[in-house]
Amino acid sequence: MPRYFTDEHEWIDVEGDSATIGITEYAQDQLGDIVFVELPTVGDEVEKGKEAAVVESVKAASDVYAPISGEVTEINSTLEDEPGLVNSSPEDDGWFFRVNVADEGELEGLMDEDAYKEFLANL
Amino acid sequence: MRYLPLTDTDRSEMLAKIGAKSIDDLFVDVPAVAQLDGPIRDLPMHASEMAVERHMKARAAKNLAAGDAPFFLGAGAYRHHVPASVDTVIQRGEFLTAYTPYQPEIAQGTLQMLFEFQTQVARLYGCAVANASLYDGSTACWEAVAMATRVTKRNRAVLSGALHPHYAQVVKTMAQFTGDEIADSAPAIAPEADLDGLIARIDEDTACVVVQYPDILGRISDLSKVAEAAHEKGALLVAVNTEPVALGAIRSPGEMGADIVVGEGQSIGVGLQFGGPYLGLFAVRDPKHVRQMPGRLCGETTDAEGRRGFVLTLSTREQHIRREKATSNICTNSGLCALAFNVHMTLLGEKGLRELAAENHRLACLAADRLAQVPGVEVLNSSFFNEFTLMLGGKPAREIVRDLADRGVLGGVSLGRLYPGVEALEHALLVAVTEMTTEEDIETLATELEALVKETV
Repeated sequence: MPRYFTDEHEWIDVEGDSATIGITEYAQDQLGDIVFVELPTVGDEVEKGKEAAVVESVKAASDVYAPISGEVTEINSTLEDEPGLVNSSPEDDGWFFRVNVADEGELEGLMDEDAYKEFLANL
Repeated sequence: MRYLPLTDTDRSEMLAKIGAKSIDDLFVDVPAVAQLDGPIRDLPMHASEMAVERHMKARAAKNLAAGDAPFFLGAGAYRHHVPASVDTVIQRGEFLTAYTPYQPEIAQGTLQMLFEFQTQVARLYGCAVANASLYDGSTACWEAVAMATRVTKRNRAVLSGALHPHYAQVVKTMAQFTGDEIADSAPAIAPEADLDGLIARIDEDTACVVVQYPDILGRISDLSKVAEAAHEKGALLVAVNTEPVALGAIRSPGEMGADIVVGEGQSIGVGLQFGGPYLGLFAVRDPKHVRQMPGRLCGETTDAEGRRGFVLTLSTREQHIRREKATSNICTNSGLCALAFNVHMTLLGEKGLRELAAENHRLACLAADRLAQVPGVEVLNSSFFNEFTLMLGGKPAREIVRDLADRGVLGGVSLGRLYPGVEALEHALLVAVTEMTTEEDIETLATELEALVKETV
């Protein structure tokens, strides 16, 4: 199962026509203690590059952009009570939401793990 | 504050520095029609201090001040006794902090005061969480409507006809810019509020129903039924209170299922102050709505050494962080008025508030009984706390209020003034009674009314 990354520090796992989306280890580290995650609602249509969620740390709020377009099929409601999961397990238990992939072509131009590592090294 | 006069040289140097030709260049954004085109009419260019004092004193003497006459005005602002100690305490140096605590955690005294204030408001309203205050009751009412649209993702607000018309007007003014639909109506002159009629107006697109408690006519209704009806349709109930002292005697809106409770806090600690600044109160019953609240929130926590401390919390919702995505444009609060409220409420205590409420109600009952005996005067309400509506025979109530003032009695607020053009309300007079009202005041009002109201058969 390939994992892609965006330059906004989101990751996306694609399995068939379903994609799981979250934020990267680097992103959670930059944000600091996360106190709240505002997720989209199941049934929402998200659009590639547009805001889909919000993460809040104590003193800041940041938008999370959809790396791909599609309909939200599932959200990680555990984050409502345990937003700290995004800090402790950003690329696993701390996933944000799943979408039905509308257009696989949208994955083109995203980075794979090596490219993302290189991207981070040059920040 | 030092007064530093400017010379013409100072002015031209400053203008040259910023690249403006004249002072007028700095006001090009102001439409010409709004700019003065010369000196203010009838205002002399200068006068001696003594002459100004004499002039102002003479003008002030034309007022009939609240404390100088039997006084029965209410309708959202009430004349209560504020202990002298309130003014003394709020002027202590410890409270003289920056207007806005930009580094809030440094101002622990201010934060502790706000935390106590929030606790008092939440308890008074029967809610889980209150914010650190808003500007006044009417803007708090709009913020409640705006919050309900955020929570429900719907954009229609149903206003009770018995909501203070100024509050309704503020809501409608703001809704012009948000595109929210506001459905309101004038109140029905009846002993009881028409809750069934209000319930019938709630539909699937309704974000919230806004009711006043006690309402503009002073009537008290059980809000449980409206709350249930609203919740069945997925709408929120917003309850507005303009007289916090009432909540020392009657059930809190939160207990009856109101989701957002807002109101005016002026009665406690603030005084009439010629119309402002006042104090907006805002609270939510369900803690899950806390992130959708407008304004500041103060929280209690512990520091690294485990000592109790206070912080401004959930600031990420606010304008200085979320910019255009903020929950509200309000990121300040009425700090000084909130402090006055906090000090007065602390001095009263729960028992004191209950006693104050009982005294207000006792005197209001005396007044209602006495005024009901005046020929041509009828008390409308089947229930009230410290304010009720009289139906007057003869001339419209607006004129009777003026005649009363000529006789040295400030007799109340005519509903005709609040609802211009609504014929059914022309003969209605709203009478408020507080602990400041004496039995002599009541007798004077009754006697003067008797002379003015000719019984209409």
